[in-house]
Amino acid sequence: MSAARKAANAGGRWLGLYVLAYLVFLYLPILLIPLFSFNDSVQAAFPLQGFTLGWYETLYGNPALSGALANSLVIGVVAASGATLCGITVSYMDLYGRSPLAATISALARLPILIPGVIVGISLLILVNLIGLGPSRVAIVLGHILVALPTTVVVMRSRFAAIPKTIREAALDLGASDWTTFRRVMLPLSLPAVLSAFMLAFLTSFDEFIVVFFLAGTEPTLPLYIWSQLRFPRSLPTVMALGTVILTISFLIATLAEILRHRGLAPRAAIQPEPQQRRGERK
Amino acid sequence: MSTIVAARPSPETRISPVFRFAMLLPGGLVTFFLILFALGLVLFLAFRSNDGSLLGAGLTAANFVTVATDPLYWTVTLRSLVIAGLVTLATVATAYPVAYYLAFHAGRRRNLLLFLVTLPFWTSYLLRVFAWKIVLAYNGVLNSAFIESGLWSEPTLAFLNTPAAVVVTLAHAYAPFAILPIYVALDTIPKSLLEAASDLGARPFTSFRRVVLPNSMPGVLAAALVVFVPTVGDYVTPAMVGGPASTMIGTLIQSQFGKANDWPFGAALSVCVMLVILCVVLVARGADRRFGSRT
Repeated sequence: MSAARKAANAGGRWLGLYVLAYLVFLYLPILLIPLFSFNDSVQAAFPLQGFTLGWYETLYGNPALSGALANSLVIGVVAASGATLCGITVSYMDLYGRSPLAATISALARLPILIPGVIVGISLLILVNLIGLGPSRVAIVLGHILVALPTTVVVMRSRFAAIPKTIREAALDLGASDWTTFRRVMLPLSLPAVLSAFMLAFLTSFDEFIVVFFLAGTEPTLPLYIWSQLRFPRSLPTVMALGTVILTISFLIATLAEILRHRGLAPRAAIQPEPQQRRGERK
Repeated sequence: MSTIVAARPSPETRISPVFRFAMLLPGGLVTFFLILFALGLVLFLAFRSNDGSLLGAGLTAANFVTVATDPLYWTVTLRSLVIAGLVTLATVATAYPVAYYLAFHAGRRRNLLLFLVTLPFWTSYLLRVFAWKIVLAYNGVLNSAFIESGLWSEPTLAFLNTPAAVVVTLAHAYAPFAILPIYVALDTIPKSLLEAASDLGARPFTSFRRVVLPNSMPGVLAAALVVFVPTVGDYVTPAMVGGPASTMIGTLIQSQFGKANDWPFGAALSVCVMLVILCVVLVARGADRRFGSRT
């Protein structure tokens, strides 16, 4: 082994330590929320005052909270369905449609990455007022379709691109119509990615705050409920208990989505660059 | 990416018009109506004057004159740019070694580590910012930990409600954004380039500086862009941990559509933010071209 190679390995070890420290920085602040949600004190401060599940009990029988949760779930499912439908069709036509219009739509669909959330929020606020809808759950759904769209397009696009093009051509050569090829061949082959895109879109909507702030009418979502509670120091432990539940659900769904996204791909494809990589892709 | 180009079908396959229409409809509606038309509305509203009605009245550039002449907006815009710039710098600089490790040293742990660094991205942004509020607060985690360990005798107010708190919180919140683009750029550098550099006698640091770094610049620029855009318009973090000294342009836009209730002026501010972002995008694209984009 050459000296240079040895030096590179030593460098790799130091870098490994750095990555470990980075992960601690990434996770430590988030993990404080579960830690203090079990702490028997209104203050989130050391020393810890003893273990309690009391803050979790305050989550039960709270009509404002369960209303917000129901809203978030409904909005999340509807918005994720819309965003996934758009993600599938936009990326499919971008890859196989061969028209400038399809390419334009695909480029536009990834544009929300380059628009700050506050501007997405106010532009949709103006729009929904103009068409007479006003701030409402439908308005939030529209906003969340937009926010989740880049994710679903990127996930679906990389999945469609990973399917060998000969499969689609074989289906077309054997006389299948475009629609049959799409529905019976391409969609089943990319089903895990469809589920993954749906889940990630759901998470995006479920946790979204910046846009929803402008579009919510009288029915708040869960993040808006949390925001309203942050003003009261006494309700902070309850927020932390609720936050712990939300974080747990988010981690579970994101893990499941990650597993699904790689499912059914060849081993080499599984270590191909992740879909999020194209978050910054320029058109 | 080359894989995508390769997946384009042979030219002899044709697509029926009905199928094409049906497949383009959902995406077309969303992109043209919700993105282009809505942004067009903002642009239109920016040139109206506020008369309390939805779309304002008249046709005027007065909103932009106010933005350009009132020093308050210059201060806040400059502050937003400095904060977003610092956040971008901090995020990209700290993410680069992680991406480098993932691309060249991670081995079998690579997929797990990639997953771990992206996982926080899928958790609530509001909760991540809230976590920093309890860390930095007067009666918070940091103060109490220092007092507990005997380093300080009484809590300090120095953490919360400072622009520094905003920078740290935003850098943490957007950290997952930066790693992936850089990682992909590093991972797609042909290994033969590195071997050639070392065969030609380049020391590890030289080959990093002359081969790896320039080749990863497209990823660095992409990372900088996806961190800069959301942070420059952020209004949640300044409100939670920044205090009045860290008001950002997003805060002003939000208040125009809330308490201040001057929608045309808020729209004008939004147009200015979009123009700033457009400049940054153009600069990034220009730099990208200089480094020879592979994306």
